[in-house]
Amino acid sequence: MSKFKKKKSGELPAVSTASLPDIVFMLLFFFMVATVMRDDELQIENKLPQANQVEKLAEKKKVVTIYIGKPSPNFQKTYGLTEVVQLGDKIAPVSDVQTFVNTKRNLMDEDDKDAMTVSLKVDQNSQVGILTDVKQELRDAYALKISYTSVEGDPLKNLKN
Amino acid sequence: MARRSAPEVNAGSMADIAFLLLIFFLVTTTIEVDSGIASKLPPPLPDEVQPPLIKEKNIFQVIVNAENRLLVEDADMDIKDLTAAAVKFLDNGGGTDARNACTYCRGAKDPESSDNPKKAIISLVNDRQASYKMYLAVTNELVRAYATLRDREGQRLYNETYGSMTKRLSDWPATEVESPEYEELKGKIDKVRELFPRNLSEAEPQNRE
Repeated sequence: MSKFKKKKSGELPAVSTASLPDIVFMLLFFFMVATVMRDDELQIENKLPQANQVEKLAEKKKVVTIYIGKPSPNFQKTYGLTEVVQLGDKIAPVSDVQTFVNTKRNLMDEDDKDAMTVSLKVDQNSQVGILTDVKQELRDAYALKISYTSVEGDPLKNLKN
Repeated sequence: MARRSAPEVNAGSMADIAFLLLIFFLVTTTIEVDSGIASKLPPPLPDEVQPPLIKEKNIFQVIVNAENRLLVEDADMDIKDLTAAAVKFLDNGGGTDARNACTYCRGAKDPESSDNPKKAIISLVNDRQASYKMYLAVTNELVRAYATLRDREGQRLYNETYGSMTKRLSDWPATEVESPEYEELKGKIDKVRELFPRNLSEAEPQNRE
């Protein structure tokens, strides 16, 4: 006959799950903000010029991307200051373009091979010379559909700065 | 009198709702596709093949030099005027005999300029040291010249601009590409394209030093 009666039994109280959604939402927002939709890590400067007569590119699986531009500051020691070509995620000589395109084409489905488009992402301040060399390589590789990828805008604005 | 506490709302299923949202967004997010000026390269030529002879008046010469200056038909030109000049050249319709005459051209019919848009060629030569932004701006202006003329012909023949037709074609639902309307639209687009084919030739760049 005790005066201080135990109110509860010894069992543990259930852990509250009320804050679980908050944690999930936090994760959701983190990934939404942090996701970068880029396949290749760029080792070159790549600021695309503006144009307004543009067409949408084909589906991603039919597109091969070639980057051209000056090496970024951390790579200038190795590759110098003049424009270079980046294939996939590394800088390569122009003569590798054919092999690169052919390898990519072989990985595609049979139906997509004919519709393959080469997207040329060229820095707006680079010289045309290297682009011409790349185009010559593409002709030799029979990759004839190309697209000069650009930002939508007035091309005359490019020339002012 | 004992106060009755409000019953607690069960929040256990909130997590499921959040996950559902997460998965929904993961699945439906489409990555924005790039856009650019489409172009077609000529196939490699065998060495022994001679390029066909083209009349001088059917060629519209555009040259960009190392200082990014524009030379059109041997005269200095500002890039703002390039589209108008190209339209004037393409739409000239100077052909007189049955084989070369252009029935739909509305140009000046200058005998010194192009015969027929099907024969007219724009030749773009650029110096290796020209900058890419200048090159792209020039290409853009020339493509715009073709687009203007195609729009005009689309308007005349089918009461719809070429731009609007191509947009409708690319927005066509993928499930209905077999329908006759789709084929009809495609036929119309090809017809307009045929009237003003994009004969944009890019010669090997020159390096005059």
